[in-house]
Amino acid sequence: MVEFALPKNSRIDKSAGKTHAAQAGAKRVRRFRIYRFDPSTGENPRVDTFELDMDRCGPMVLDALLKIKNEVDSSLSLRRSCREGICGSCAMNINGQNTLACTRSCEELGSGDISIYPLPHQPVVKDLVTDLTNFYAQYAAIKPWLQSRTPAPPDRERLQSKEDQEKIDRPSACILCACCSTSCPSYWWNSERYLGPAALLAAYRWIVDSRDESTGERLDALEDPFRLYRCHTIMNCAEACPKDLNPAKAIAEIKQMMAERQH
Amino acid sequence: MSLRTPMSRVLGSGPARGGAVHHWWVQRLTSIALVPLTLWLLLSLLSLSLADHAAVTHWIGSNLNPLWLTLTVAVMAWHSVLGVQVVIEDYVHGAAAKTFALFLNQFVHWLSAAVAVYAVLHIAFRGA
Repeated sequence: MVEFALPKNSRIDKSAGKTHAAQAGAKRVRRFRIYRFDPSTGENPRVDTFELDMDRCGPMVLDALLKIKNEVDSSLSLRRSCREGICGSCAMNINGQNTLACTRSCEELGSGDISIYPLPHQPVVKDLVTDLTNFYAQYAAIKPWLQSRTPAPPDRERLQSKEDQEKIDRPSACILCACCSTSCPSYWWNSERYLGPAALLAAYRWIVDSRDESTGERLDALEDPFRLYRCHTIMNCAEACPKDLNPAKAIAEIKQMMAERQH
Repeated sequence: MSLRTPMSRVLGSGPARGGAVHHWWVQRLTSIALVPLTLWLLLSLLSLSLADHAAVTHWIGSNLNPLWLTLTVAVMAWHSVLGVQVVIEDYVHGAAAKTFALFLNQFVHWLSAAVAVYAVLHIAFRGA
């Protein structure tokens, strides 16, 4: 059966969490409850509580995480790079929703505690860092590059009409942060066979590209009860996407193209 | 432990093709067909006094009711067999358990559908 419960060594040890109090004199204190796991200790994961003075902290969740790492506990591990929502490194689960720490402000999360966990249902490397090897392999598997038999014109780029470009404009904006795929229950249960919303959105981006000549082969590769059809239109992907993209719609359109070429 | 590459795992045994689109298509076709059929069945059952055995058997045998009833049973079974198959594939992962569950799914559905169709025809043609 599918694993509904975490393995014993992955369950959170509720008694082990440490609390780091805010500095004396802090006025606007906010509590961050952060998932901690260090494989080198052999201990179960725990949730640490960090109190921060928001008057001395930047507005975004990533600002708070970096303040904790710089000033409170340097052993906190997380991925981050661009801090402006374009690299997709700081994807994590914040207050129950997958999103980017750099574009989610603490203010829009209300006034209560902020819970920060790694992306769901992925192997945890350390703290908020997950192993996305399978996710990246799935992206590579859909052959995310232009495949064309017609040689490019010798003196210019391959032309595309404005309407054709608009079809790939939005799907091309995907930053592969994995917020969508790791929010999808179907992906949780069958990530070894279901490609997941991110890879399928990328596949769609090349299927509808007017310059690509491998549409048939691309559809052939997706014609599978698991790779494509494990999508049950749950729509968590569209809900989670920090770039406001709609992988669910792209998947529905691939399914439609599959049906159309049969009849 | 295996040293297979992540790419090799993702590509697996390749796309299964056979039936994937057909499964999706039939699931939609049967769900559309079930809208009028289920409405007809519910409205008919509501207008009947279900405690009256003679009235119900008479209704089953009259007009085109045996035709609509067998059609409803067949479409419902078909739709359900496809739906339950997806649930099994989602949640049952052991090869033996999955194969057994998929087999049982087909067996139970088609056996109950055959029994239902036989019952309708038996009632309909008993007097003929």
